[in-house]
Amino acid sequence: MNVAKYLPWLAMGLTVTSQSWAEQVHAAVAANFTGAMKFVVAQFEQDTGYDVRLSFGSSGKILAQIQNGAPFDVFLSADQAKPQALQNKGLVQEGSRFTYAIGALALWSSLPDFIENDYSRLTSDDYNKLALANPKLAPYGLAATEVLQALGLKDATQAKWVQGENIAQTYQFVATGNADLGFVALSQIMSKGHVTEGSSWIVPSDLYSPIRQDAVLLKTAKDNSAATALLAYLQSDAAQQIIQSYGYTTE
Amino acid sequence: MFTTADLDAIWLTLRLASIVTVLLLIVGTPIAWWLARTRSWLKGPVGAIVALPLVLPPTVLGFYMLVAMGPNGAIGQFTQALGIGLLPFSFWGLVIASVVYSLPFVVQPIQNAMQALGERPLEAAATLRVGPWERFFCVVLPLSKPGFITAAILGFAHTVGEFGVVLMIGGNIPQETRVVSVQIYDYVEAMEYGQAHLLAGLMVAFSFVVLLGVYGFQRQGNNSMLGVK
Repeated sequence: MNVAKYLPWLAMGLTVTSQSWAEQVHAAVAANFTGAMKFVVAQFEQDTGYDVRLSFGSSGKILAQIQNGAPFDVFLSADQAKPQALQNKGLVQEGSRFTYAIGALALWSSLPDFIENDYSRLTSDDYNKLALANPKLAPYGLAATEVLQALGLKDATQAKWVQGENIAQTYQFVATGNADLGFVALSQIMSKGHVTEGSSWIVPSDLYSPIRQDAVLLKTAKDNSAATALLAYLQSDAAQQIIQSYGYTTE
Repeated sequence: MFTTADLDAIWLTLRLASIVTVLLLIVGTPIAWWLARTRSWLKGPVGAIVALPLVLPPTVLGFYMLVAMGPNGAIGQFTQALGIGLLPFSFWGLVIASVVYSLPFVVQPIQNAMQALGERPLEAAATLRVGPWERFFCVVLPLSKPGFITAAILGFAHTVGEFGVVLMIGGNIPQETRVVSVQIYDYVEAMEYGQAHLLAGLMVAFSFVVLLGVYGFQRQGNNSMLGVK
């Protein structure tokens, strides 16, 4: 076979690949922001022509991966502590950190009418398990324990806790009906401005400290135009409207 | 050093693995015997089903167990009808999930040992008018001992190392479903790498010793099979 014949094609292929590489951004995103991020990115790709690769997971895992050289360009955390930790280690582009969303917490059941828009079900003791994210690992789990504390129900409910390692798993426990109810991110049960199934109580935000979620540009991606464009886009009105429709507030 | 939570997790893990190993030997032996002897066309499909946990990602297996054992799943409805309630988030739920998950590690070594026996010891026993049950307990079981020991060790070790399935159906309850692998994972996620290294080190040492035991034992087994002893 005459390889030389194919060389021009090969060269062309390589140029195309390297070009599209430069216009690609790889974003690592906290699990709770999955739905909103997919929507935002679809819009972003349509508006700008950039290509986005998304990796979802718990913020703690993403943090460990970034510290060990994962090829991410931007990181959307579920909290402020982890982007701050990366910043302290000098892995973050100076001045790139901002709050892209403020999360809201909901008590949710997959059964209709199980929760009557308040927390009386928790005081009644008439439920099998209460799912929450592990408070040690997940900001939404920490918020859930703050709420229980504020309601004076922490000790009374503790025997019925089941903990998800992140908020996505907590959602699974409730969605499959294995736990009658649980504290999930409002963003998980809300789509286009409505809670779509089951029954819920949107927890008043004065019962827990605000779940501020920060995004950063990683230093390795400081020259990646797609990455900076994505972070700018997240702060645009168009993106913020989408983010709010998932139950977050924005600044 | 190890915290109380670590010790709880270690104890729970050992308890889980021991119970699972005993159940696996009880459940796995007839399956292995049948697979070793049958000429039925079902041998292929049944063997494949037993081996499925080798191939399926544990989190996938765990997720579908969560669904199946849930209030809308077949197993969940069955256990509720029996009055046991739901299995996820309980120690016995983990036991059942682990039995499924580690089944191939127990069935296959036993099956191999039984197949290696061949027909002759059984035929010899039959000519001496030994009944089928006695043949099984007095001929097959003792001669397949190496397979059983390998199976027990692998089943135990594999349950100790189980993570994805437990994560999916466990709910991280102290002294109930928070096993060592989950505890290590929590430390990593919480950036407490020191504690994670400590527990992980223990696990590496444990696994190494177990595998060393299996390989040492297998060499002995081979020798005796060759008649060297």
